[in-house]
Amino acid sequence: MLLTGSGYWDAVSWIIAFIVICVVVYIIRALGKSGYRKEAEEPFFSGVELPEEKTHVKASNIYWGFIDSMKGYYNVMEKMHDGIINNYISWFVFIAVLLFIVLFAEEVIP
Amino acid sequence: MIYNNAIPAMVIGLPLLAAFLTPLIGMATKKGRNVFVLAILVIEELLVIILAWHVFTGNIVIYTMGAKNPMAAVPAQAAVPIRIVLEIDGMAAFMGLISATVSLAAGIYSIAFIRESNGKTRYYTLLLLMLAGMIGMEFTGDLFNLFVFLEILSIASCGLIAYRQHADAVEGAFKYMVVSNIAALSVLFAIGLLYAQYDLLNIAAIAKVMQYTQLDKIALVLFVAAFAMKCGSVPMHFWAPDSYSTAPASITAMLVSASQASLYALFRVSFTLYGNIMNYHTIGIAIILLGLLSMFIGVTMALPQKDIKRLMAYHAISQTGYMLLGVGVGLYLLGSPNFSTYGIKAMEGGIFHIINHAMYKGLLFLTAGAIYYRLRTRNLNEMGGLGHTMPYTSIFFIIGALAIAGIPPFNGFASKLLIYEACYKVNPILSIIAMLVSILTLASFLKVFHSAFMGPKMYDAKEVPKSMLIGMGVLTFVIIFFGIFPGWVVSHIVHPAAMALASKMEYIAAIGGG
Repeated sequence: MLLTGSGYWDAVSWIIAFIVICVVVYIIRALGKSGYRKEAEEPFFSGVELPEEKTHVKASNIYWGFIDSMKGYYNVMEKMHDGIINNYISWFVFIAVLLFIVLFAEEVIP
Repeated sequence: MIYNNAIPAMVIGLPLLAAFLTPLIGMATKKGRNVFVLAILVIEELLVIILAWHVFTGNIVIYTMGAKNPMAAVPAQAAVPIRIVLEIDGMAAFMGLISATVSLAAGIYSIAFIRESNGKTRYYTLLLLMLAGMIGMEFTGDLFNLFVFLEILSIASCGLIAYRQHADAVEGAFKYMVVSNIAALSVLFAIGLLYAQYDLLNIAAIAKVMQYTQLDKIALVLFVAAFAMKCGSVPMHFWAPDSYSTAPASITAMLVSASQASLYALFRVSFTLYGNIMNYHTIGIAIILLGLLSMFIGVTMALPQKDIKRLMAYHAISQTGYMLLGVGVGLYLLGSPNFSTYGIKAMEGGIFHIINHAMYKGLLFLTAGAIYYRLRTRNLNEMGGLGHTMPYTSIFFIIGALAIAGIPPFNGFASKLLIYEACYKVNPILSIIAMLVSILTLASFLKVFHSAFMGPKMYDAKEVPKSMLIGMGVLTFVIIFFGIFPGWVVSHIVHPAAMALASKMEYIAAIGGG
C-alpha cells in the first residue's frame, strides 16, 4: 500500500475490483438474448454506406481539429523548433542570463 | 549480508575495462564478444543491486581510489579529502540501479537488433563506456571526476547516435556533441570557480565550507543551466528530438538514462553542494517553472508528430517535467515545516517518476525499434495493422503507453499520484497542469497505437527475434512489479533516495575530516 500523504493507493485491491467488475459485466452480457440480427451489428457511419475496401485513418489525420484550433500556438512552436544549432545554444545563454538576473536580484529585492 | 568494500570501484571499473577488452575479444570471436558483453552487463546489475541494498539499509558507502584504506576519505595527516572519492548514498544507488537495469535490457535487445549492422564491436564498446559514464557520474563524490564521466558519457553517446551513419543520424550526433560540449565547458568553468576559491574538488568538502559568494552564485547558474540542458528541460530541449529519434532504439533507451544522470547531477548540486546555504525558494521556483514548461511544451509538441521516435522523444521531455516539478516542490519547501509532510512526498513522487520513466520510456523506445526493425520506417503514416502479426510487441507497447499516461495499476500512476497530491498542497494549478498533461499523453499514445498496431493488416511483418522480446520483457517486468507494489518500492528504494538528497549534513559527515 502506497501512502500518499493525504490518502493511500492499493494496486492489489484495484486489480481485484477490476477483475470482479469484468466478471459482473460478463455475467450481464451472458444474460442477454442469444438471437440477434446480423445486420444490427453494422456500425452506423453517419448514414453513409460502409466502403468495401479496408481503410485506416493515418496518423496525420488524427487530432487535426485540436491541432488546427491551436494553429497560433503551433506556428510559434514551429519557429522555435527550427533545427538550427546556434539557436539551441542561444536558449541556453538566455536561461543562464535569466538565472543570473534572478539570483542577483535576490540581494536587491529581499 | 554479502557486501564487499571494493564493489563501488568494481561497478565503475568493470564496464570501463570491459569496454577496452571488447575489441580484443571481438577480433577472436563474434559470438564470444556478445556473450562477454552480456555477462558484464549481468554482473554489473548484480553488483549494483548488492551495493544498493547495502546503501538502502542505512549506510553511505565511501571508496577512496588508490588509498590504503579505501573507507577513509580523508588521509591521516590531512584535513580534507585529496584523492578521488566515490560516495554512494541512497540517491546515487537509486540512479545506479536505473542505469544498470536499462543498460542490461538494451544490451540483450541489441544482440538481434544490430545483427545485420556493421561495426558491432564498436557499438558494444561504446555501450559499455556509456554505462561506465553514467555510473561514474552517479557514484562520484568529486566534482572534477563528475566532469570527466560526463565527458565519457557524452562522447560514447555521440558515437552511438551516429552509429547508423545516415545523414539524419550524423546530424543528430553533431547537435548532441555541440550541446554536450557547451554544457561540459560550463560545468568545467563552474568547477574552476569553486576550486579557485576553496582549493577543493570534493563535493562534501566544498559543501561544508561553501560561503555562497558572488562567484558561487555564478557557478550555481552555470551548473543549473548546463545540467538542465543536458537532461532535456524546456527551453533547452531542442537537441533531444533530433538525437533520440536518430539513434538506434536500444541506445535511445540508454540516452533516457543518460539524461537522467544529468538530472541527478542537477539535484546533487542543488541539494548537496549548495542546499540550505542558497535561497532554495528561488532555485525551487526556477526548477518548478522549468518542469511546467517541459511538461506542457513536450506533450503538445508530441501530439502532431508523425515520426514515432520523435513523438516519443517529446514525451521524454514532457516526463522530465514531472520529475523537475516533484523535486522542485521538495526544494521549494526544504527547511520549512511543510517539508516533512508533503515536501518529502513531492520529492518521493519526482524521484519515483525517474525510475518509472526510465523503465516505460525505455520500453516504448524499444517497441519503436521493433517496428523499425521490421518495417524500416519511423513514419506513423506508413504503419498500420501490426497488432495482427506482432502480438508481443503490441502488448509491450500497450503496457508502456498505459504506464506513461498514468493509468492504474501501472507504475506511472503511482508516482504521478504522489506528485499530484503533494503539488496540490503548494498550488492546485500545478496539479491541474500535471493532470492535463497526462490526458494529452494518453491521447498521443492512442494515436500511435491506432496508427501502428490497429487497422487492417498492411504488412506481413513477423514478430521480432527472442532477444529483442527478452530485452523488452525485462523492462515490462519492472513496470508491472513497481505498479503492483508501489508501497514497497517507495519505502525501500525511493524514500531512502529522497532522504539522502534532503540530508546534506549526512552526506558531508560521511566523508569525515577536520
